[in-house]
Parts: sequence; structure tokens; C-alpha cells
Amino acid sequence: MKTLSLAAGLACLATVAQAEIPIFTVLTYDSFASEWGPGPMIEKGFEATCACDLRFVTAGDGAALLARVQLEGADGAGDVVVGLDTSLTSKAAATGLFAPHGQPAVTGLPIAYDDPLFLPFDWGYFAFVHEKTLMAVPHSFEELAASDLKIIIQDPRSSTPGLGLVLWVKAAYGDRATEIWAGLKDNIVTVTPGWSEAYGMFLEGEADMVLSYTTSPAYHLIAENDDSKAAAVFAEGHYMQVEVSAKLAASHEPALADAFLAYLGSEAAQEVIPTTNWMYPAMTLAKGLPPGFDSLFAPEKSLLLAPEKAGDMRDIAVEEWQNALAQ
Amino acid sequence: MAKRLGPIGPALIGFAVVALTLGSAMMTAVQKPDWAFGPADVLALRFTLLQASLSAVISCALAVPLARALARRHFLGRTLLIRLMAAPFLLPVVVAILGLLAVFGRAGPVNQIITAIGVQPMSIFGLHGVVLAHVFLNLPLATRMLLQGWQSIPAERFRLAVTLDMPPSAQFRHLEIPMLRSHLPGALSIVFLLCLTSFAVALTLGGGPGASTLELAIYQALRFEFDLGHAAALALVQFALCFVVALVALRFDENPKFGAGLGREPAIPAPGGLRKILDGLMIFCAAAFLLTPLAAVILRGLPGLGSLPPGLAEALVRSVLIAVASALLAISAALSLAMTVARGTRWLEPVAMLPLAASGLVMGTGLFLAIHPILPPERLALLVTLLVNATMALPFLFRLLLPEARALLADYGRLSDSLGLSGAARLRLVTIPRLARPLGFGAGLAAALSMGDLGVIALFAGERSVTLPLLVQRLMGAYRMEAAAGAALVLVAASFALFWLFDRWGTRHAAA
Repeated sequence: MKTLSLAAGLACLATVAQAEIPIFTVLTYDSFASEWGPGPMIEKGFEATCACDLRFVTAGDGAALLARVQLEGADGAGDVVVGLDTSLTSKAAATGLFAPHGQPAVTGLPIAYDDPLFLPFDWGYFAFVHEKTLMAVPHSFEELAASDLKIIIQDPRSSTPGLGLVLWVKAAYGDRATEIWAGLKDNIVTVTPGWSEAYGMFLEGEADMVLSYTTSPAYHLIAENDDSKAAAVFAEGHYMQVEVSAKLAASHEPALADAFLAYLGSEAAQEVIPTTNWMYPAMTLAKGLPPGFDSLFAPEKSLLLAPEKAGDMRDIAVEEWQNALAQ
Repeated sequence: MAKRLGPIGPALIGFAVVALTLGSAMMTAVQKPDWAFGPADVLALRFTLLQASLSAVISCALAVPLARALARRHFLGRTLLIRLMAAPFLLPVVVAILGLLAVFGRAGPVNQIITAIGVQPMSIFGLHGVVLAHVFLNLPLATRMLLQGWQSIPAERFRLAVTLDMPPSAQFRHLEIPMLRSHLPGALSIVFLLCLTSFAVALTLGGGPGASTLELAIYQALRFEFDLGHAAALALVQFALCFVVALVALRFDENPKFGAGLGREPAIPAPGGLRKILDGLMIFCAAAFLLTPLAAVILRGLPGLGSLPPGLAEALVRSVLIAVASALLAISAALSLAMTVARGTRWLEPVAMLPLAASGLVMGTGLFLAIHPILPPERLALLVTLLVNATMALPFLFRLLLPEARALLADYGRLSDSLGLSGAARLRLVTIPRLARPLGFGAGLAAALSMGDLGVIALFAGERSVTLPLLVQRLMGAYRMEAAAGAALVLVAASFALFWLFDRWGTRHAAA
């Protein structure tokens, strides 16, 4: 009984202590907030300066995250969103749920990107990852289509990398996209709902290549000391994924939201990104990229459809993909 | 009115189920109803029906000889084997897919043997792969449902058959076919409905967008297009399908009217000779088919046990608590509904089957929209998960209990009434002991299903409500495939342990 009342008293104290500092809510995707993602370190770093209690609320991936923001609508509880990507931003802007971030444009991207609502915090290139032992690595979609290599891709209707791939083909080939997909049809072992199933199946040996990122080999090298994976360089260029953060118009803590976005763009937060989110930081780090990232190739050509164009192209590109593969 | 609705308690449960399933879909549809179905939706509907029918028919066609062989053969380790064979049904989908791939995939032993004898390697991807996976996942359930059927034939009837010198074929005609007539429609409809809402299995093993199901279309509408109206319309199509199937199953459903026995352990005559060999072969093949992917899951998971993340224990405790609570909730609701339907309140029967056609995603979204204006949804994450998991398990438990509840009522109803047994005493003295076997098995199923479920929590999760399946998904999403396999093994072991405990309670307490 004594312990009970003691516990009750402590619980009261805890509530009082919590009530004194504001709760700051970050909506993000699952792997950002997980123990292995950048979330915990960024939470610790920001809480050291903000006198607030930062809490993550998560959704499965970037697309699910936007759906979550839309579900909550104009009276949502979130303050900032971290983890939309450029194929979603035009749709996100159209919801009217975001407020201008007011931060200076980031400098670490290979392309110019300046948007009043969305602020990049990391980026990477899509690429097909394979074992280094693979013979005759293809160097374009056309070579891949002509080969008898087996690949696993993700569904553009349920995953952001899958959507990135159809936009990649569309950006590189335009009206020839359907033809490219028809050529790739016999190479595609299967289409998975999300990235993790595809990558898991690739690691189990179900295919020669899997759609992932140019930075994927760095994970194996740094975290597992395994030098056996590589990403194939494609001559038509590589489509970029730029991940952005944004401030919600409904935020109850707009000043904290500004401070958080500034913190996310600072060196302290950015240097966490490469070895937790396995993407490139949105700035040039003073101490450079971690060892292991230097072994990755930088594509000669970066492809990225402008957000409005990506928004317009999306439905057409997915339909072409579907028609070519479903036959 | 009150008379037609039946007793008030079960009717309330029925209304709660309708509110959670149909109601949440309507909640989603309130935004902007959209009934415009594109050609992609029609294709998805066609593929959904095709794969679900094939999966249901094949699962049940295999389950009949398998359950019969298991019912009439006694061998060392039989009980253990029967419990183990239930395991595939309890696997989280991603884990099951990776286990199947380890056996039937490109680098798996099946293809190694095939190529060694000079035949072209086969690919698991395609319609046949989807059906294979669905049979793997559902054969255990169908078998257990039918096995319950065999065990429900009173031992005295088989003895009589033996005394009358009935050959096995005549026993089959007079005892086993009537039993199958009451148990098979339930098994068929359950497997069909389970496959109807399949999403990850169909897409991953289907080999491409041609293998899209309705559930994928719902996911796409909800998550990618944020077209709530379209998602709700698709969900209602799924409901309509479920209703038709449940009604068809209802038409064939009847009590075999064996009459009461003394409740002795049935000793089903076990013919020797060729029949014995065939039974043995059936059991061996099924065990090999069901257990090798399971062994692969264990082998893949063992190395990862060394690198389990610190949050695992907490997530495990959370998952177990939700599982036990939702199992108890589901089994109580199912028992109440089954007894009421057995007494003649038939409108509750299709209602109890409704959750099978409910898309977890739509249900979660509807609840989110309902809760969101009042409270931050992540604060209710665990409660909502518990409630949704219990609702999702309800149809299985109901289906398991219904034939037994009918038999109980037919055999012991009048006796109990004439003794004036009612309320808690009747529950304790008659209902629970007579129904212990399906109650234990059902609660075990509900607990294990809840352990493996990812659906709703993914929508509601805050940082303090990570469950074990969510943890597995996060590990996979962060490249940590080995740790994910380890955590998945812990998940499978915990699900199975819960299932085992409940199931064992059922067998122990089955009235002798």
C-alpha cells in the first residue's frame, strides 16, 4: 500500500514536471525515430537547448506521413514534419497545412533547391544494389533490360522508393518509359509493398539486384564491416531523393518549430545523418563524410523532376508502369 | 423488437462489432463518398476473388484427408505435432514469406534438388506462389477446424459403426460426411475471407502489379492518394463480398445431430493396410510442408538473437499484455455470440463474421478520425490495438465455437434447463467444460494473432507504444535484417508459447 501511494505521488510529480515544459511534437517516419535512426540523438541534442519535451509520432514512410498529416487536418497536434520527399511536396503544399519555414536555403545538395515551405535535411540517389561478385553489371536501364539479370523493385503505389523508380525512368526516358518497362518486365522477379521486404529478399539471394540507394553499400561497410555490396552506375543519371522537413501551420509552438528546423540544419544534427539515416547530409560537414562514404560513387548526372512536374507526372508514370507490367 | 434482437448482452456485442467494422468504414466515407471504380480496381477485384477461391478450395481439400489421418492415427508425438502444425497460421506475414522463400526460393533446397536432377529451376513468384503461401498459412487452421469436427463425433457412434461391421467407406458416409457438412462450410468461408483481405503475400509473391488485391487498392487510396472516399467505397465492396460468402456458408450450415455421448475420448477406427500407409504419407508430407519453412525461420533468427535491441523486452511485454487481454475479450464475446446464435438469434451470425472482411487499415483510419477530435490518438494506441485485435479474431473464435455450441445445446440444453441450471453455474458446470477444447484453441489463436498483428498500431504508434511486430518492421527498415530475424524469432516463440498455454488449458479441461 505504501509503495502504491508512493508510486501515485511520484506519478503526480512527474505530471507536474511535464506540465512545466512544453511538449514539442515531431511527425516523422518510422525508421527516423527508431533506436538506430537519427531520432534519439537529435531529440537529445535539441532538448539540451529548447527546455521542451520532444516527442516523435510516427507513420510508416514518407507517403504514410503525409496521409497522417492530412488525417489530422487543420487541428492536428504536430509541430513539425520530418521526412516527406520531393515526389510528395507539391501534393503536401496543396493541402495548405504547412507554414513557411523562414530558413536560409541549404547548401549541401548537388542541385539548387529553395522552397519556402520545405527544407531539405538529407538526400541520396536511387540505385540498383548488387553483390560485387556479380558479373557483367549493367550500366543503364537498356543494358539491364537486355540482360537476364533478376531484379526486385518496390511498388510505386505503396512505397517511396518505388515511386522514385518510376519517376527516374520517366525523367530519363520521357515518352519511351513504357518501352523501357516492357523491356524490364522479364527481369523483375517481383514487386514488394515496401523497401524492407525487397532488400531482405535480395540479401536472401532471391535476385541479383535490388532497388535501393547509392549509400546502401556504406551501411554494410561501416556497420557490418562487409565490403561485398556495390551500387551500379547508370549512364542516364540517377534520380535523387531529397528528404525535407516542414513546419505545420497548426503548430502550437511556432517558435520552437523554427528553432527545431534551424537545429536540424545545423552541423550538430547533420553529422548524425550519414551513419543513422544512411543518406547524405544537406550541408558540407566541417569534418567531412564518415570513412566508408568516400568509396561510394557520385553520379555524373543527377536527375530530379521539379516538384510540380513530379506531382503531374506521378499518376501517368505509375499508370505506364502498371500497364507495361500487368500484361 | 427486443424478442427479435435476442438477449440484450450479445445484441450489444453485435452492435459494437458493426460499429467497429462498418461504422469505421462509414466514418472514412463521410469525407467524400466516391464510387468511381477504375479498370485497375476491377482487375484487383478479379485477382482477389481468383486467388482467394483457389487458396480456400486447395487448403480445405488438403485439410480433409489430413485432419482425418490425424484424428484416427495415434503415434508418438501426435499432440506435439498437431500443436506445431498450427504455427504457420501464427506467423507474421513478412516472416512467413521469408521462411517460404528460404525453402522454395531461388537459393532454397527445393530448387537445389530440382536443378541437381537436371530440371529447370522453378520460380515461386506468380499466382501459384500466392496460393502456395496462402495454403501454407491457412492449411493449419482448416485442419484444426476439421479435427475439432472429428473429435466432436461421440465415441459411441464409432463404436456402433464398428459393432455393425461398417467398412471405412460406410463410416465415412454415415458419420464423417454429416460432420463435414456442418464443419466444412465454416472452414472454407474462413480461409476464403482471410485470403480476400491479403495484401503483402499477394503482392510480394504475385510477381507484379497484376497480382494486386482489393486491400492493396485500399492501402493505395488511403496512404498514397489520401482518397478516403475511394478507400471507403472499396472497403464496402469487401464487406459486401464477405456478407455474400457468410450467407452462403450459412445456408449449408446445419447440426449433424449425432446426439449426446458420454464425452469419452473418441476412438476412431483406424483401418490398416494401404489406408494406414496413405494416412502416414499424408501426415508426413503435410508436416514437411508446414514445418520446413518454420525451421528456416528459426535458423535465420538464431544468429540475430545476439544482436537484439535494448527496447525488445519492453515491446515484448507490451505485446504479450495486449495479446492476453484481447484474447480474453474476444473469446468471451465469441462464446456469448455463439451461444445466442445456437439458441436461434440468427442475425448475429453474419455480424460475427463481418470483421473478417474489414480492412484493418480502414478500421484504424475510421477510429483515428473518430478519436482525433477528442484526444491525441497515440495516447489510446494500446487500447485501440487491443480492441481492434479482439474484433479481428472474433470470426475465427465464433466459427470454432458455433458447431460445438449447437451440439451442446441440442445434447445438454434440455437437461440443463430441467435442472434449473443457468447463469454462472451453467457456464462453470456445463458450457466451459463441454467447450473447453475450442475455447482454449480459440483463445490461443486470438492471442497469437494479436501478437503478430501490425495493422492498427502502425497508424497510432507514438514512441511509448512500440509493439514487437512494429519493432521487427523498424529493424528491417533500418537495414538490420539479422536483428530483425532475431526479434521475429522472439515474436514467433512468444506467440507460440501463448497459443500453447491456452490450447493446453483447453485439452486439459475438456470434460471427460
